[in-house]
Amino acid sequence: MKRAGFTSVWLPVALLLPQLSIIAIFFYWPAGWAVQSSFYLQDPFGFGSTFVGFENYTDLTANSEYMRIAWFTVVFTVLVTFFSLSIALLLAVKADKVIRGAKSYRTLLMWVYAVAPPVAGFMGIMLFHQHTGPMTDFFKALGWDYKILVDYNSTATAFIIVSVWKQIPVNFIFFLSGLQSIPRAVREAAMIDNRSGVRRFWDITFPLLAPTGFFLLIINITYALFDTFGIIDTLVKGEPGNNPMTLVYKVYMDGFRGNDLGGSSAQSVILMVLVLVLTVFQFRLIERRIHYS
Amino acid sequence: MKSFKLGAAAFSIAFAGQAALAETEITFWHAMGGQLGETVNEVAAGFNASQDEYKITPVFKGSYEETLTAGIAAFRAGEQPNIIQVFDAGAATVIGAQGATIPVQDLLADNGIDFDINDYIAGVRYFYADADGKMIGMPFNSSTPIMYYNVQALEKAGVTPPATWEEFANVTAPALKEAGYIPLSQSHLPWIFTENFFSRHNLQFASSNNGYDSNDTQIMINNPAIKAHFSALVDWKEQGLFEWYGTGWGDNAKPFEDGNVAMWLGSSGSFGGLLAKDLGFDFSATMLPYWEGVTTEPTQTFIGGAALFAMSGKSAEENKAAAEFFSYLTSSDTQYFWHQATGYVPITEAAYEAAKADGHYEKFPAAEVGIQQLSLPAGEFTRGYRMGFYVQIRDVMNREYGRILTGETDVESGFATIEAESNKLLERFAKTQG
Repeated sequence: MKRAGFTSVWLPVALLLPQLSIIAIFFYWPAGWAVQSSFYLQDPFGFGSTFVGFENYTDLTANSEYMRIAWFTVVFTVLVTFFSLSIALLLAVKADKVIRGAKSYRTLLMWVYAVAPPVAGFMGIMLFHQHTGPMTDFFKALGWDYKILVDYNSTATAFIIVSVWKQIPVNFIFFLSGLQSIPRAVREAAMIDNRSGVRRFWDITFPLLAPTGFFLLIINITYALFDTFGIIDTLVKGEPGNNPMTLVYKVYMDGFRGNDLGGSSAQSVILMVLVLVLTVFQFRLIERRIHYS
Repeated sequence: MKSFKLGAAAFSIAFAGQAALAETEITFWHAMGGQLGETVNEVAAGFNASQDEYKITPVFKGSYEETLTAGIAAFRAGEQPNIIQVFDAGAATVIGAQGATIPVQDLLADNGIDFDINDYIAGVRYFYADADGKMIGMPFNSSTPIMYYNVQALEKAGVTPPATWEEFANVTAPALKEAGYIPLSQSHLPWIFTENFFSRHNLQFASSNNGYDSNDTQIMINNPAIKAHFSALVDWKEQGLFEWYGTGWGDNAKPFEDGNVAMWLGSSGSFGGLLAKDLGFDFSATMLPYWEGVTTEPTQTFIGGAALFAMSGKSAEENKAAAEFFSYLTSSDTQYFWHQATGYVPITEAAYEAAKADGHYEKFPAAEVGIQQLSLPAGEFTRGYRMGFYVQIRDVMNREYGRILTGETDVESGFATIEAESNKLLERFAKTQG
């Protein structure tokens, strides 16, 4: 088979140039600055600065609070990813079976996707309000003295519920289209082999959904790590106090509120490395083991 | 097409017309939202109407932190406003960056405007000054924490507002609890129960003269008096004499406004807002209580709120316009208007006298409490404090206080953590200035 290709090197370079320059200006350049300023302690106005080497990094690892925030971020990410994927999968499987009114039913399930994170946060404020929130009443009825913004675990619960709720529609859309692309013949063959719906799901449907699932896994991890910022900021009203926060919110707290450019740059470099590791993990390990048809 | 050309011509004529007036335009970034923002706009409009050489445009930039960050980013890009409002906790950052601002005292002197620091009321004079007492920032919205109370609630319980915390614990609070109220809430633990705890009792808050004399500062928060105060708070909370609704300002004010909490520690600048709300009860105010066991001669409190700074890198005409605006702002008429509309204290003696002469305090006795408290005898450590990365230090305090009040940690280890983390932050800040 003959491979189609460019005759000259310059045409593909010219075609790639706009994309490359956008990446360079909006990603590599600021990322380079962040790496550089993570080695300095500097006056925010840009007057004085001191080269401190790795001190910004060692200060972070020596700070028990930073470690506690990192641990919370891990727990938060695992829970948000797990619940938003599993609930969305359940809904998609059920929606796939609906025949009458399927379209309007699916549209309703996707609706939440259009809600911006801060708006989701505001809904959270109302739902979990200390005095008037229905969720607060619900938890109290279960015997939990639920107090958002006062009690660490109460606030963490609200973060997780709102974040999961906000992410379900995205996962739902992907899972549903994944389900619909499973060939009819495969399903029918499975139907003959086994009458148990649960068994058929785990043996046939689930493995065939795996490529979608792993793609969503990475999307959901980055969502929980980064995109939940708006929800957290709105729920804690910009004053976290003794409430939990995620690593990316800590970057904002120290950099944008506290004007500690060196410290917050070091934190964002750590997050960059984390994303890099995730990406490598995605390409190297997962893509090899999952069979795309 | 024709109409477009006509429109463009009209636009250019209008533009030329404006330029012909040779009005110097300056910008003023502030953090006063809602009702307060309206009042800032009124002050600016008043200045613009008072003369035709200068025009000031106030721009609301969000919270105090957001305004400072926006100002810093703009300064680095060479797009800074002429005047920026910076809050108490950001004072070390903006004053530390010498060259970012023109000291207000110099600005006024250079532009031929009389300045005497003694015209300003004692409590506000030196907070935004440098080590030599030169005023760097012009105090703008100055407030101090005071105790508001529900008049009917105290009458029902048969008590008077407490002067000391001993009286609160032994007399006032139990009676209020008996009468069916939550006796007390407060809205800002670092400001009310820390910074002003130190000034009310004239205790040293930080080394190097509360941080004014050098950047090599250590916080002196691990003090037995304040630890005893927080231990008392924990006990009171358990006994139902005090409630804490989280770190948010409004979350703690709301139960007072709803009539569930009988006494609330807030800002003297909250007065205007409380008056505008139709509370179902009469409210009044009294000074921040003190511990008789710590001192029998309580001193004045610090000012909170924010100051205005003239940013450098502007033309002489624009600096002149900024100086004229400061002059207008500190005139006793403007100050009295601002005081009446917002509840922030008047910053000059003249404005205070004008308010007294006008009978303002006969109508609203609560409006005078803040300025009375700021005019109490000064002590060695009541001028203010100057600590870098103070926004983060306050965040650490809020976090540890929250943990203390929810039983997650105890007073002793909470304060040890605040001390260690704050000193680490101060050490880091000192390096940013190097």
